[in-house]
Amino acid sequence: MAAKEKIKLAFYWAATCGGCDVATLDIEEKILDVVNIADIVLWPVAMDFKYKDVEKMGPNSIDICLFNGAVRNSEHEEIAKMLREKSKVMIAFGSCACFGGIPGLANVANREQVFRVAYKDTPSTVNPELIIPMTECEVAGEKLTLPEFWDTVKTLEQTVDVDYYVPGCPPAVDRIDDAIGIIAKYAETGELPPKGTVVASDKSLCDECPRERAEERKLKWIYRPHEIKEVDPNKCLLDQNILCMGPATRGGCGARCLNVNMPCRGCMGPTAEIEDHGAAVLSMIASILGLEGEETLTDKEVAELANNIKDQLGTFYRFTLPASLLKRVIIKANRGK
Amino acid sequence: MDKFEPLILGFACNWCTYAGADLAGVSRFQYPPNIRMIRVMCSGRVDPVFILKAFAIGADGVLVGGCHPGDCHYMEGNYKARRRIELTKRLLGQFGIEPERLRLEWISASEGARFAEVVTDFTKEIKELGPSPLKLQGNPERSKGSR
Repeated sequence: MAAKEKIKLAFYWAATCGGCDVATLDIEEKILDVVNIADIVLWPVAMDFKYKDVEKMGPNSIDICLFNGAVRNSEHEEIAKMLREKSKVMIAFGSCACFGGIPGLANVANREQVFRVAYKDTPSTVNPELIIPMTECEVAGEKLTLPEFWDTVKTLEQTVDVDYYVPGCPPAVDRIDDAIGIIAKYAETGELPPKGTVVASDKSLCDECPRERAEERKLKWIYRPHEIKEVDPNKCLLDQNILCMGPATRGGCGARCLNVNMPCRGCMGPTAEIEDHGAAVLSMIASILGLEGEETLTDKEVAELANNIKDQLGTFYRFTLPASLLKRVIIKANRGK
Repeated sequence: MDKFEPLILGFACNWCTYAGADLAGVSRFQYPPNIRMIRVMCSGRVDPVFILKAFAIGADGVLVGGCHPGDCHYMEGNYKARRRIELTKRLLGQFGIEPERLRLEWISASEGARFAEVVTDFTKEIKELGPSPLKLQGNPERSKGSR
């Protein structure tokens, strides 16, 4: 009996830490199910396929591409466009591909500033000749090239058309199982969920958080977990004056952080109705911070409460700056790209 | 160089500031035509997203008007607005947009003259600040992508 033809899968990593690829292996023996139904044609972190192998494939010859990482240089863009052309289905896998993620925080700076810190200012760097990456240089008569590093980090969706999203930093094992379920169903029946599906909960994190909440939420002051002697493991962290982004963040992660007494940092991104994650968190915090006795607060006291959040942009947009309304910080004499 | 005419977006609460603007109109108080008003039910309805979006699509300044403390039609909407604007100003500063481009004012229904005064003063301040840095930037990345 002829075996059913396997589907073709590609994995790619762009601006990412590699955690998404490692998380893919967290599904343990289920990875063998994947190999049973699919042939992997590209997986830079694990297998030795070359770009030119993929280049030779015809359009739509890959069934599903799982793309993790943000797009921050010309190589990422080139490969994203190539994989889009070759793949029937493009999945933004992980927070970086979905919203820019932690690498997206580089949008507070530009290339020049990033290079200055990375190749000059860091204490462990010795670089008296100030050698920085160049797109082209000549060594012993040979021309060497490198991809061009951009000023602005982009999401995958801002680069190519994306079909599905698997948020999370990294995606939770259960959600990876769901994504593999989608792939398996496709391999079996050719059926796919509607375009734009986010493989996560449609509700906010609070919906699945096991902690007990007070009737009315109010923040008196904002502490970080280490500033409090004992964090109650059963009580809502907002009720304990710890900034948790849960109310404005999509669920589906299984409240991993909350289960180990850490507040939500927003890696699952906003819920479907939210246009700008940071603005939603800001709005949520502002409505409960200093709620008690709000009519007697002076402007100075309100300012003090606001000063309590040390780095608003970095806190509220920790994983979603490139996907936000303003996308990046304005730097005078920025080159634009 | 062309004289810079700023584009200012105003959010006015239905019960106080919008009525104040109305009074400024019927009283024939003069104020610069740079402001475009949007009526909202309460200053507490002004989501920070509205403000960020205004700047993203080219506003040079945003004015939010609400009832005086203690006068909110919904008891406490203006207190929430006060805290939201305070945080939003800091966020704008971090994004590289001068926080002065966002202003919150309490203007009651009887303060038509004050409404005209605030709009005049704010327009003057924005003119001095110049066009929004977002406009000058003309960053092509900014207009792309919605998620």
